[in-house]
Amino acid sequence: MRLPAFLRLSPKWAPYVFISPFLILFAVFGVFPLGFSLYLAFQSWEPTGGLKAMEFVGLANFAFALQDAWFWKALRNTLWLAVASGVPQHLVALPLAAFIHVAFKRLRDGVIAVYFLPYITSTVAIAIMFNALFSQDYGLINAALAQLFGMAHIDWLHDVTHVKPAIAFIVFWRYVGFNTVLYLAAMQTIPGEQYEAATLDGASRWRQFLHVTLPGIRPMIFFGVTLSVIGGLQLFEEPFILTGGKGGVQQSAMTSAVYLFREAFDFNDFGGASAMSWLLFLVVALLTWITNVAFRARKGGA
Amino acid sequence: MSAAATTPAAAVGRDGPGARAARRGAYLIVAVGALFMLAPFWFMFVFATHSRGEIFNLPPPLWFGDDLAANFRLLTERLPFWRNLGWSVYVALMATVLTLLFCSMAGYAFALMEFRFKKPLFALVMATMLLPSFMNMIPMFMIMDALGWIDQQRALYVPGAASAFGIFLMRQFATSAVPRELVEAARMDGCGEFAIYWRIVLPLMKPALGTLALITFIQSWNNFINPLIVMRSVPNYTLPLALRSLQSTMNTEWGALMCGSAIATLPLIVLFAITSRQLIAGLTAGAVK
Repeated sequence: MRLPAFLRLSPKWAPYVFISPFLILFAVFGVFPLGFSLYLAFQSWEPTGGLKAMEFVGLANFAFALQDAWFWKALRNTLWLAVASGVPQHLVALPLAAFIHVAFKRLRDGVIAVYFLPYITSTVAIAIMFNALFSQDYGLINAALAQLFGMAHIDWLHDVTHVKPAIAFIVFWRYVGFNTVLYLAAMQTIPGEQYEAATLDGASRWRQFLHVTLPGIRPMIFFGVTLSVIGGLQLFEEPFILTGGKGGVQQSAMTSAVYLFREAFDFNDFGGASAMSWLLFLVVALLTWITNVAFRARKGGA
Repeated sequence: MSAAATTPAAAVGRDGPGARAARRGAYLIVAVGALFMLAPFWFMFVFATHSRGEIFNLPPPLWFGDDLAANFRLLTERLPFWRNLGWSVYVALMATVLTLLFCSMAGYAFALMEFRFKKPLFALVMATMLLPSFMNMIPMFMIMDALGWIDQQRALYVPGAASAFGIFLMRQFATSAVPRELVEAARMDGCGEFAIYWRIVLPLMKPALGTLALITFIQSWNNFINPLIVMRSVPNYTLPLALRSLQSTMNTEWGALMCGSAIATLPLIVLFAITSRQLIAGLTAGAVK
């Protein structure tokens, strides 16, 4: 297959041609919309009015967001959910990975696959499933709790105090396997000689875990926690679907991303929603940075 | 990886009786945990075979019933189910084909070619991974509206087709699997740049292409937020959105809904059962390297 000369890519231009799909898609669906959203954050605009209805309002959208009770409530919900779902994920994933690492050989891949399965399943299917399981009068979870502990039935998804724990539980269930796999991958990179040396020194399994495994996977702990922080702050699908797209009774499970969606698509305030998205972006960046600093400080101190 | 993994496992045998009991307890915990991970799937499939009345019996059914056909009929009455399923397959296939093409091209260029601005451009690719998804919700709607792509399937598979994750994965693989000398020798022989990519580089990248195909297909299949933002009419919905629309009606037909969820989930479970090793390795590739 010989192409005519004018169609043949010169080696000089070939790389740019090869990355051009990325550049084009990124420009059209990345840079332009983001720039536009920054512009929108300073405008008052209802999309139904057409582009002409846009009006420059300076920082009014940001001022509105910062004085908006729902904005703060959503942010508090988001942080609560990020901590309540994120911390247990790592507290379970770490020992689980350590145990699978030393104690499983033949069944290893199967066990990992089972724990990983929720991660690759559709959020909608999962939310529908848990919706039935968490149902107040006839749900399996209430039935089991009543049977085992004699607990009264809880209206998990409509009760202001219980909807967040229920969602945190689902998020935990969904991502604990992913974190386990991360830790396992890191543990596999620790050379076996380090364990042998520790065994020769008479170190117990627990001390080996503390002094060989933990330092060896520290970068991965940082990576996994960062992913959880970033992911937790973006939580949208689980709370959105489980509360019927509204954020729950008295906004009790409305995360920042859900509020953002509602502000734009339910309340038609694109300017305000854009301003909120940039404020939240700052929050995510700040918390990621804090996580980073915290880990570096621990590393320096150790 | 097996060498490092077997060493500590071998050392375990020397533990005393107390440690052995602790280990048995740990095995039990892992097994119970595994059941706990699988149980919701079990109930999804079991409930798919029961009527709404039976699902909400006390105690709820733990074994399969005989209402699967009735549930499925109800599902096809309430939804243009086959259309929704067809769109899900179509969008996932289109996303996969485009992603493989675009990401392998870019990944090859970043791995084996030299050009100006290569470093900052790659940094740009990686930076796009850090952008929180909520930043994109409003802009995505606006751009689709401007392009006239609202309620069109291409709005679901075009924007993400040059994903940073895919480019990163392809670049990592090309760096180790495609010998630079081979590419240069082909160039010396007068082979065109596109022919080098198509006939030499792509065949060598097959394993990584397979992994990326799996990941892209699954992500597209499960995607909820993009269809939620751009799709408007039920006959154009993909499966996740269609199933959710069933749930928001007043009298949710739980049996039919479970049946639909099970149908949406089953292909993934089968795919995952066959390819879990490859898939898990691919999904965590960014973390390990």
